Amino acid sequence: MNIDPAKDVPLFVQIAEQIEEDVFTGVYVEEDRIPSTNELSALLGINPHTVLKGMNILVDEGIIYKRRGMGMYVQAGAAEKVRAKRRSAFDERYVAALVAEAKKLGLTKDQVVNLIEKGYDHA
Amino acid sequence: MRELRAEHLTKRFGKTTALDDVTLSFEHGKIHALLGRNGAGKTTLLGIASNRLIPTSGQVLVDGEPVTDNPRALAKVFCTGNVQMTPLSMCVDDLIRHMGRFYEGFDVKRALRLAKMFELNMKAKTGALSTGYRSICQLVMALSLDVDYLLLDEPVLGLDAAHRDLFYRLLMEDYLERGRTVVVATHLIEEVATLVERVAIIDEGRLLMEASADELRASGYSVSGRAEDVRAYCEGLKVLGIDELGSLAMAYVQGEPVRERLTDRLDVAPMSLQKLFVELTGKGE
Repeated sequence: MNIDPAKDVPLFVQIAEQIEEDVFTGVYVEEDRIPSTNELSALLGINPHTVLKGMNILVDEGIIYKRRGMGMYVQAGAAEKVRAKRRSAFDERYVAALVAEAKKLGLTKDQVVNLIEKGYDHA
Repeated sequence: MRELRAEHLTKRFGKTTALDDVTLSFEHGKIHALLGRNGAGKTTLLGIASNRLIPTSGQVLVDGEPVTDNPRALAKVFCTGNVQMTPLSMCVDDLIRHMGRFYEGFDVKRALRLAKMFELNMKAKTGALSTGYRSICQLVMALSLDVDYLLLDEPVLGLDAAHRDLFYRLLMEDYLERGRTVVVATHLIEEVATLVERVAIIDEGRLLMEASADELRASGYSVSGRAEDVRAYCEGLKVLGIDELGSLAMAYVQGEPVRERLTDRLDVAPMSLQKLFVELTGKGE
C-alpha cells in the first residue's frame, strides 16, 4: 500500500481508495479476509482511528463487511460495485479534465477525438 | 472522564512567563501531538504534569485528581525528556533492574528486549551515553512501564533515521496493544503526522489550537500564481502568510478554497502540517 501524508487527499480516504483498488484489481476476492485495522496501522505507522475511518467508508459502500470477532471481509459483488462506481466517475474524473486541458492548449474537438483514437489503437 | 487536563495553568520563572493560562485536555486512549517551537512551553507543561515543576497557578489533573504532590495520580504518569533523573554512574543494566524494583508493573524482560533492538550498550554508564542513546535509554524505560499516560518530550532527540523509524514502530505496537494515552511533544511535525490522532499547538506559553490531525490538515491550503492574481484571490480571506518571488506569489490561507475566485491561472495545493505550523507560529520575519 502506498499512503502519502503529503498528498491532497486525507489519509483515511487514501486508505479506503487503496483497499478499493485492491478489490478492483483482484488482490482480494469476494469473501477474502482483508488486513485488520491494527495490522494495517502497525504496517503503515498510521493511527488506528484513521485506518478505521477509511475502513468505515468501504463498509458504508458495501465493499467490505465485518464478521464479529473475525475481522473484515470482502462483500459478495464488491468488485462489480467498484467497477460501476468508477465507470460513473469516469466522465467527471477524466473527460472533464481532458477537455479543460485541451481547451487551454487550443485543441479543437476533432483534434482531441483524433488523439483519443490514436491512443486507443496503441494501448 | 479519563484524561490528563491542564486547567488555567500558569508558570513563571522570574520575569519569564513559560505558560500563560493554558487550559487543555489530553483524552485517555489517544495519541496526541503537543507541538510548539523552541521555548513555547512544551517541556514546562509536561514538567508540571509529572510533578517535576510546581505551577505558579492553575493545576494539572489526571483522571480528575490533581497531580502535584499526589502519588496516586502520579503513578499513572511517566515523562521522558532531557532531564537526568538517575545516577550518572549507573550502568544501563543496573538501571533496568533498579526500575524493576521501584516501579510496579515495570517489565524487565521487555526492557532488555527493547534495549537489544536499539543496540543499547548494557554496560555503559548512563552519564556517558551519547545524546541519542540517552533518549533511547529513556524510551526503553517508558515503553516497559505499565502507566496510563506516557509523556514523551522530544523523544527522538539525537536519534538517527533508523532508530527513529524503529521507535515510531514500537510506539505504534505499544499503543495497539495497550491503548494508553501518549503525548508526544516535538517540533518534528511531519514525522508524527500519521501517528497521532489529536494535535495541540502552543506558542509563547499559550494554547494556539487543538484539533484532530485530519481537521488541522484540512484547515489551510496554499494558492500560487501571479502576484496580482494571488492578491486579488486573498482579498478579505484569512491569510497566514505570503511568499513572493518576483512576479510570482504563494499565499497560505486558512479555511476552504473559494471556488468562485479560482481561475486557471491559480494553483491550489494542500498545506502540510509543518507549513501550517510554521505560518501559525511564525513571527512574520
